[in-house]
Amino acid sequence: MNFMSEFSLNDFLYMTKGLGVSITLTLWAVFFGTLMGIIFGFVRSVVGFFLNFIIGSILDIFRSVPLLIQLILANALSAILKFGYSPFQISCIVLAVYTSSYVSETVRSGLLSVPIPFRRSSRSLGLTYFQTLKEIIFPLALRVSFPSWVGITLGVFKDTSLVLWIGIIELLKSSQIIITRTQEPLLILSIAGILYFTVSFCFTRVTGMIEKKWEKYEL
Amino acid sequence: MINIIDVYKSFGKLQILKGINMEVKKNKVHSILGASGSGKSTLLQCINGLEKIQKGRILVDGIEVGDKKTNLNFLRTKIGIVFQQFNVFPHLTTLENVTLALKVVLKKRNKDAKEIALQQLEKIGLSDKINTYPSKLSGGQQQRLAIARALAMSPSYMLFDEITSALDPMLVGEVLDALRYLKNDGMTMMIITHEIRFAKEVSDKISFLHEGVVIESGAPKDIIDNPKETETIKFLERSLK
Amino acid sequence: MNYTFHWYPAFKLLPKMLIGSITTIEVAFLSILFGIIIAAILAIAKNSKNKIFSSFASTWIEISRNTPALYQIYMAYFGLGTFGIYVGSFGALLIGITFNNAGYLAEIFRGGLRAIPSTQMKTARSLGMNFIQSFIYIIFPQLFRIVFHSIANQTVWAILMTSLGVIVGMNSDLMGVTNELNSLSFRTFEYFLLAAILYYLITKLFLGSAFLINLKLFRY
Repeated sequence: MNFMSEFSLNDFLYMTKGLGVSITLTLWAVFFGTLMGIIFGFVRSVVGFFLNFIIGSILDIFRSVPLLIQLILANALSAILKFGYSPFQISCIVLAVYTSSYVSETVRSGLLSVPIPFRRSSRSLGLTYFQTLKEIIFPLALRVSFPSWVGITLGVFKDTSLVLWIGIIELLKSSQIIITRTQEPLLILSIAGILYFTVSFCFTRVTGMIEKKWEKYEL
Repeated sequence: MINIIDVYKSFGKLQILKGINMEVKKNKVHSILGASGSGKSTLLQCINGLEKIQKGRILVDGIEVGDKKTNLNFLRTKIGIVFQQFNVFPHLTTLENVTLALKVVLKKRNKDAKEIALQQLEKIGLSDKINTYPSKLSGGQQQRLAIARALAMSPSYMLFDEITSALDPMLVGEVLDALRYLKNDGMTMMIITHEIRFAKEVSDKISFLHEGVVIESGAPKDIIDNPKETETIKFLERSLK
Repeated sequence: MNYTFHWYPAFKLLPKMLIGSITTIEVAFLSILFGIIIAAILAIAKNSKNKIFSSFASTWIEISRNTPALYQIYMAYFGLGTFGIYVGSFGALLIGITFNNAGYLAEIFRGGLRAIPSTQMKTARSLGMNFIQSFIYIIFPQLFRIVFHSIANQTVWAILMTSLGVIVGMNSDLMGVTNELNSLSFRTFEYFLLAAILYYLITKLFLGSAFLINLKLFRY
């Protein structure tokens, strides 16, 4: 085996560029997805059974169809309807909707997990419905939903690897391109793996610290 | 006979048993009293080998529990033990709870196992619940099931680890009745309990355990009515209030 | 909009897609089956006191959970070649998804084991059962009930993940078949929409069956 590697610093920088694309996509998707998910989740937790079922079923579709197909369909639809969105924009939209579907589930169960006695005592003290929401229910629901949200975000970060199919050069695609040239798949994939792992690890650490801070207010 | 000779047991750095000596003769009832953390449960679990001792010896009918050559699984069929809670197997019916070990360990045939199980369940008063799942039984019924299950194995010794402590006060009576019944049958028993009056009633001997050592030991009347050691006195005062 | 949707050609290809679906279900179920077996070993290894076993298990679990499934498939497809092991797309997909499943399921098993009181094992041993008997008759049935729902979810995940095979050249599963047909006629939207509906139906059918099995098995 030849120990001289053709892998250069440029290649590594190329890969980190791809990583940057993955991270950027993740940030956009999680930002909008979380926003939408919170709205959907809240709505679902307060409306009646029928409406909840309908909204829930629609959101469920995005969890029951492969993400890859969602990207392909969105891409095709954009071409058909001549929307002219770039693959990057399409990916952001699809990933955001995908994220919102999961976040809505988490938010809904988080809101419903706040014990009714809390709401009752809050209203008994004279707080209005919205004050109760803001000061009591949301903070508690946030605590409960946070770990799941972290998991969802990490999932989205990993799922960005799929956008290579509609032509975006993120981390995995950039790795593949270099492999085609240098024919050293194990080395390059290992580096890619380390990059994925590092981002994931750092994110988990930071959010872990946030959770620890909250634990101080544990009942 | 169970012989406990100079037994030391620790969990890591924490020394739980610090030199226990005890003798449990056949057909006798030996009760163990003591505060939580004094080592009572640990002692019981050392007798059937669930916990390993660091020093000393435990002999059951002459067989050394700590000996590597001892077939622990076989020995355990001779020693029945009932724990404080979550004993029963929740995924099996009452009947299945009792027949399982009969079939799997004692290799009894289906018919024989069922017969023995039905016998034991009748004695303990659970005949009408044989096809019920434990989740539908009261705490007292579950404990009685645990007792029947252990008895079905025809053990020579029965060990009870605070079996009424987790029960609703209303249900304690039926379980203690079962123990009285066993005593009359001549079963050799070691009972860890907080029911002081019960211990005085059924025991042939009582040992008081404090911080891993047997501080006082003797006839029930002596220990309960005339305790000598300060710790024993303090304990009894608190418990009999 | 100058595009006319041609649905009829899509429906004509339904039979081919259905056959592809069979491969999809095959890969998913195999990956879950192997995944469960490996996960059980990993769960025991991670809990064991042996440092080698527990680090090996931890490494596997961490890699599978912190890197993309597609990455793991790539590793199988491109990376194994370095060791002289050349697996085709089918193999790489199966290995990748199995590897991924094993990691997630191991954590599910560990959580499930933690939920079973230690007295269950103690009681079984006290009745004279050896470790294997205790595990088969007492621990496993209870564990299965606890993790059933999670395993069902992981299977749904696996079914959807099989779609990634097309990226490394799979053409025999639902996604691969659809992709090939697409390259022949470029009715992208119609074909993939049909495929999407099929995936949805497969997923729902599976969850429905799992629900019924759950009802039947766990009556207590």
